[in-house]
Amino acid sequence: MNMLLEINSLTKRFGPITAVDNVSFSVERGEVLGFLGPNGAGKSTTMKMATGYLSPTAGDVKVCGYDVQSHPIEVKRRIGYLPEGAPLYGEMTPFSLLNFVSDIRKLSREERKHGMEHAIESLHLQRVLHQPIETLSKGYKRRVGLAQAIIHEPDVLVLDEPTDGLDPNQKHEVRELLERMASTKAIIISTHILEEVDAVCSRAIIISQGRIVADKKPSELEMESVYHNAVGIRLLNENVEKCITVMNEINEVLSVEHVDQSDELIHLVVFPKKGADILTKVNSALDENKLKVAEMYLEKGRLEDVFRDLTLNEGGVGSKGVDPTSGVKEAASHA
Amino acid sequence: MRNIYLIGSRELAAYFTSPVAYVFIVIFLALAGGLTFFFGNWLERGQADLQVFFVYHPYLYLFLIPAVGMRLWAEERKSGTMEFLMTLPISTGQAVIGKFIAAWIFAGIALVLTFPIWVSVNYLGNPDNGIIITAYVGSWLMAGGFLALSSSVSALTKNQVVAFVLAAVLCFVFLMSGVEIVQAFFRAWAPPKFVDAIAELSFLTNFGDLSQGVIDIRDILFFASVIAVALFINTAIVEIKKSA
Repeated sequence: MNMLLEINSLTKRFGPITAVDNVSFSVERGEVLGFLGPNGAGKSTTMKMATGYLSPTAGDVKVCGYDVQSHPIEVKRRIGYLPEGAPLYGEMTPFSLLNFVSDIRKLSREERKHGMEHAIESLHLQRVLHQPIETLSKGYKRRVGLAQAIIHEPDVLVLDEPTDGLDPNQKHEVRELLERMASTKAIIISTHILEEVDAVCSRAIIISQGRIVADKKPSELEMESVYHNAVGIRLLNENVEKCITVMNEINEVLSVEHVDQSDELIHLVVFPKKGADILTKVNSALDENKLKVAEMYLEKGRLEDVFRDLTLNEGGVGSKGVDPTSGVKEAASHA
Repeated sequence: MRNIYLIGSRELAAYFTSPVAYVFIVIFLALAGGLTFFFGNWLERGQADLQVFFVYHPYLYLFLIPAVGMRLWAEERKSGTMEFLMTLPISTGQAVIGKFIAAWIFAGIALVLTFPIWVSVNYLGNPDNGIIITAYVGSWLMAGGFLALSSSVSALTKNQVVAFVLAAVLCFVFLMSGVEIVQAFFRAWAPPKFVDAIAELSFLTNFGDLSQGVIDIRDILFFASVIAVALFINTAIVEIKKSA
């Protein structure tokens, strides 16, 4: 069976607030699902229901075929879960905590030995193994939380912001760890670090106000960005006027925008109409007009941009019809 | 059973890694001793028994047991570790019982540490040790009753202070239901059978016999049922909070 996690019309209401609204998706073995959304969108609540910590108001969750409501123990046995903020017993040491989890999860001597070694090594916990968890840094705490989630080689791994509080090197290591484990498991990670989605996820779900607004491959999401296939150009000030005229003459070009002028070079972005491939045309047009550019690059699309479109516009359906300049101005003010 | 044991031993170890445990034990021993000697005039009585030692236990427990029990669930909820614990493959009942037993053993350890007074009474006179052992067991059972009540209250909130106050009030109600003031309040309007039933719920009444060495199976059953019912409610509270 390859569908390891199935979520069906999951809904959670807290009094008058609907935190999760009719969410359905499934994750199969080998998939790494990135769960994205602004704070308070319902990511953590969905994860809490998937792992059996909260009961849903409606809908159901199946893990490896077991329903989380009727067979909670079977489900919990098969899940490794890192809750939001990695809450752990502060008075325990990583070593005693991992032993406790191994005991509760009934690991055999072999499994325990292997699981402990693997978790401790891949998360670099050797140095702090016998220090109380409450004295550890945020990054170490997070890694101890990850270690307890993977120690029993679960089929389904649910990680709520696994790289929060880690430094860039540690983030990189955790991503590598996830990639290594990906082939044998179904993994869900929630994050608001978008580069992470690009780096590790084979699929991304964007959730906003409790509802799924996108469920695609990261590359497909990028294609929805107005920046998809846009061409960026940096050139000297004297050539700008001419360049803009030339670009606007190309059929597939929608618009040309000024982005910034941090140094003596001017940065222009040429937006294509509906994702058309304009790179070669831009290139030859520049050549024909003998315009010298300092730099030219092709945009794959910006997840951040898609994310903002989908989660800011109520019930957003994508970035189509969005004024490209709005994104550019944003980018300019960021630069 | 295995899970209860694992959860219980983790919890018990957690008690002893915090200074609260030692503070609690010292206060318990100091108060138990102080009350016996200064208010109970144990030495002046000139009797080789521990009556005046045990007679203060219900009142000591009234404040000290809620202090032991308040953290059981409120702390887990506050720090978020409840999410970690309850997503491990254990049942809610196992967690409730495991945690309760840990706290009960802790209370038992505090009680056992009063042994010097037992040694003293044997040195000074010739007491009936059967009575003393019965009283110790009765005291521990009563502590269990208070503790089970405190544990359920603790599951209601993430604030340990609230848990403590509510638990103390609840324990007070159970402690005092046999006392004349409370009885008089009910006698004014309730049928005698009901008044008697309320008196039967009193920890004081039920502990009274045991503390004098009278092993009445009803008293033991009483405390056992209070513990069972309170832990059942505790489990229900934890479950209900899941779908809140």
